[in-house]
Amino acid sequence: MSVARYDHGSRIPGWDDAVDLSKDPASIPDPALTPVPAELRQQIEAAMARYPDFRSAAIPALHAAQELHGWCSPEAIEQVACVMRLTPAYLTAVVGFYDMFESKPVGRNTVYVCTNISCSLRGARELHAAVQQAAGDDPDFNVRAFECLGACDIAPMASVNGAYVGPLELSDAERIVEQLRAGEDVLPEKQLLRRKVADPRASTDAPALFDDEDRA
Amino acid sequence: MSELLLFKDIDEPGLASREVYERRGGYESLKRALRMPREEVLQNLLDSGLRGRGGAGFAMGKKASFLPKGTMDKYLVCNADESEPGTFKDRELMQKSPHMLVEGMIIAAYAADANRSFIYIRGEYQQQAEILERAIEEARSAGYLGERILGSDHSLSLVLHRGAGAYICGEETGLLDSLEGKRGNPRLKPPFPANQGLYQGPTLINNVETLATVPHIIRLGGQEYAKLGTETSTGTKLVSVSGNVQRPGNYEIELGIPAREIIFGLAGGPERGRDVKFWFPGGSSSPVLTPAELDLPYDFDSMAKAGSMLGSGAIIVVDDSQSVVDVALTLAKFYRHESCGKCTPCREGTNWTVKMLQRVESGEATPMDLDIIASVQEQIMGNCLCVLGDAMAMPVASMVSKFRDEFEAHIETRRAQLGLGEPTEPTPLEAVGVGS
Ligand SMILES: Cc1cc2nc3c(=O)[nH]c(=O)nc-3n(C[C@H](O)[C@H](O)[C@H](O)COP(=O)(O)O)c2cc1C
Ligand code: FES
Repeated sequence: MSVARYDHGSRIPGWDDAVDLSKDPASIPDPALTPVPAELRQQIEAAMARYPDFRSAAIPALHAAQELHGWCSPEAIEQVACVMRLTPAYLTAVVGFYDMFESKPVGRNTVYVCTNISCSLRGARELHAAVQQAAGDDPDFNVRAFECLGACDIAPMASVNGAYVGPLELSDAERIVEQLRAGEDVLPEKQLLRRKVADPRASTDAPALFDDEDRA
Repeated sequence: MSELLLFKDIDEPGLASREVYERRGGYESLKRALRMPREEVLQNLLDSGLRGRGGAGFAMGKKASFLPKGTMDKYLVCNADESEPGTFKDRELMQKSPHMLVEGMIIAAYAADANRSFIYIRGEYQQQAEILERAIEEARSAGYLGERILGSDHSLSLVLHRGAGAYICGEETGLLDSLEGKRGNPRLKPPFPANQGLYQGPTLINNVETLATVPHIIRLGGQEYAKLGTETSTGTKLVSVSGNVQRPGNYEIELGIPAREIIFGLAGGPERGRDVKFWFPGGSSSPVLTPAELDLPYDFDSMAKAGSMLGSGAIIVVDDSQSVVDVALTLAKFYRHESCGKCTPCREGTNWTVKMLQRVESGEATPMDLDIIASVQEQIMGNCLCVLGDAMAMPVASMVSKFRDEFEAHIETRRAQLGLGEPTEPTPLEAVGVGS
């Protein structure tokens, strides 16, 4: 295959486009036949307006649809496709690429237990097993082993419906599940947002960076 | 130890709000920068010697100077994907001092003459995204973002974009594709993003910490900043220390201090009675170093000279109670999971490596398999569009070569436990699990 190039050697954009994303109008859902909840439509349209190219809104739109439907169901994808005027196939391919998008129905309470290197040096696999056991086959729970969540300072840790908690003991597994069932704040004393920086010098009260006469 | 730049006042209550940030001198650097011509701001960045904090360590001012001149849309993208195992410094900055990043971005965009900017934050950082979103809103209402910022000729929009869980979206061109709404597959380079990046326009991509350092460079002056650290690794660096240490966490250090001082002095070293077995100096992608290398200065060049890299500045310490086989397998599984699948050596190589390490783990392997593992790593390196495959190959190869005895001993112990008897030498094809 010969590839069209600029004089300076770079390929001319579009050479590697696998598909014409808006080619087949038949496969883009018909707005008249595809009911989209008003709030979801509004969220997707707001996301599309934020970018120079509306297609950039694919991930934010899928986040919104998953939030509403609980997973990226064919119906959810169809609704996003309808508002964004993209093919469901394109969006399905996007869903398949990213770990946070669920392509099967899952429980509403999401617990990601990090089992990557720093956490597994501190007992993450046992923790994951304990959380799985505590949740049992309760269909309300979605317990997953996850890659490094960027909080190895509180290893072993988990993200519970988006809130980071750690360092966790095996006995915390039961508490997490119970507190989620009761709709309570999960392990308040172990939430990352309440932690101070480890560097001891960061906590000392030092004078402001700019002297007053330095200010414009 | 030097004064703190990024972590100064970081735990001040309310620092995430504009009010407290400004009370602490925030946005003064922006005002100062906007009174200078763009070229002078860029010169300060060049003088500072600041090297990228995201992994590759490329000079930030130089990269900014690569953007072509002209009136087309130009983009600044902040890489807040932070998915390199062991790394959690950007999270701390965004969560506690989001305005520092916003201020740094406005100044960097001014220097590079970019008019649109984005922060690509990993989807898992939901809480940090909310904090950043509020900060961006506050900056906008104060006139720090938008048209003609503070009466200057600099205009900038800033959009926060949440990813959805994919390590490869930290790779700059994978990030760009993801930000364009696609699967995050890396692109062939050249063209580099500086020429053809986001929406095919000139794009400057920098890490959170790199951009958050910019206000400090303007405040101190580029040349003054360059006096911190070593000659070729200037400034201070946030180091994320994790694994088998007593005080895991983020520390701000002056580049060039001995690694021992970070691992033992700051992070407390391993538990009493344990010793360091090996350590990753720059995230899980960096070749491991041994205790003999603990006294090396922690900077870009010293780590490179030791055959490893400073990477993202994430030190993972593994103590002598841990099995190197287990660490290698955990690591390889991560890269197998995260390979985007576009290039064969990476897609297949990560998979084979996992299979072979599983054979080692279970005792089915023979010492010859270790040679095959090493040779597969060589086949991956340098043969793909991006370096995700290399990021597995380098540390795995380093573990197999530095701890070969332990790998062999592990195989033998397992065989004995399982009563497998003497290994029969497999043919190479069987050894790598072809057809299984
Ligand atoms: C597989 C892979 C993952 C990466 N992940 C990140 C990341 O999470 N954050 C980051 O800042 N850079 C990451 N990088 C490096 C970026 O490609 C790029 O070099 C960096 O964002 C440039 O910013 P800097 O010059 O300020 O460091 C990654 C690179 C590779 C190959
Ligand atoms: S390894 Fe678990 S958060 Fe990083």
